[in-house]
Amino acid sequence: MKAHVHITLKNGVLDPQGKAVQNALGALGFEGVGNVRQGKYMEIDLDESDPAKARASLEAMCEKLLANTVIENYKIDLEA
Amino acid sequence: MKSAVIVFPGSNCDRDAAVALERITGNAPHMVWHKDTDLPEVDLVVLPGGFSFGDYLRSGAMSASSPIMAAVKAHADAGRYLVGICNGFQVLTEAHLLPGALMRNAGLNFVCRTVPLIVANDETAFTRGYKKDSIIKVPVAHHDGNYFADDATLEMLEGEGRVVFRYGENPNGSLHDIAGIINKRGNVLGLMPHPERVVDPMLGGEDGVPFFSSVMEAV
Repeated sequence: MKAHVHITLKNGVLDPQGKAVQNALGALGFEGVGNVRQGKYMEIDLDESDPAKARASLEAMCEKLLANTVIENYKIDLEA
Repeated sequence: MKSAVIVFPGSNCDRDAAVALERITGNAPHMVWHKDTDLPEVDLVVLPGGFSFGDYLRSGAMSASSPIMAAVKAHADAGRYLVGICNGFQVLTEAHLLPGALMRNAGLNFVCRTVPLIVANDETAFTRGYKKDSIIKVPVAHHDGNYFADDATLEMLEGEGRVVFRYGENPNGSLHDIAGIINKRGNVLGLMPHPERVVDPMLGGEDGVPFFSSVMEAV
C-alpha cells in the first residue's frame, strides 16, 4: 500500500519561504498570486494491506518524526 | 566537573565545546558517538552545534531519535545538567526536552555574527556568573534559529522566568527575542548563540566563560 503524506505549517505560523516564493512569482509577472504556504510531501510504501492499520501506523510516524506538531499539521492519504 | 559532548554525524562545534570545557573545568570531556547507548556518569552533557544529519527533514529531527538520546533523557531526568547549543537546542526541542520549535530565520538568511545578548535570568545554574540584564557579546551562526511557540507556552515561559537569554538585536525573527530557554526543573537549557566560542580573548572575547563556570560551581 502506498501512502501520500502532506505536511503543512499550522495557521498563524510565519512562513518566510512561502512569502519569498509569493514575491518571486510577483516579480516574474504572475498576477493575482495571493498567500503562498510551502510544505512537504512524502510517498511511503508500506507492507500493510489493512487501511485502518496503515493509517494508525502512519499517524504514529507523523507524531514521532515526520511532522513537528508544534508548528506543523499532517494529512495522510492512502492509495487504494 | 565531569562532562560529555555528544557527537552526531554533521556536528561541527563538538571540538569547540570540548576545548572550552577542558579550558574552564580542567577536565577533558568524554566524546560520545550518537550511536552509543551508554553515557558515562557525568555532571554536564553538551549537545553541540553543527548540521547533524545535514538538517534533513527538520534541523535536529533525526538526531532527536539517535540511540544515545535515551541515555541523554535519563541523564536529564536524574536532574543532571544538559545544554544544547545551536543545533543542540534544535535537538532538545525536537526531543521534547524543551518546548517550542526553531524555524527558518525570518529573513531567510544564514546569520553568522556576534550579537548582543541580554541575560534575562541570572538565577539559573548556567547564568549565576552573570548579572541580570547585563549585555554580553556572543556569536550566532544559524539558519534555523527563529524561536516559535504558541501564546500559552510563551506566557508560561515568561511567567516562570524561563527565558534565560534574549537578543539585544533580533537576528532571526525569534518570538519575544528569545535566544535561550530553560526547562521547569532548571537543569536543561537550550540556546542558539555559541558561548563555547567566546572563552579565549584571542578568539574574540571571554563572555562565554561564566556560562560554563556557573555550571561547574552548581555541581
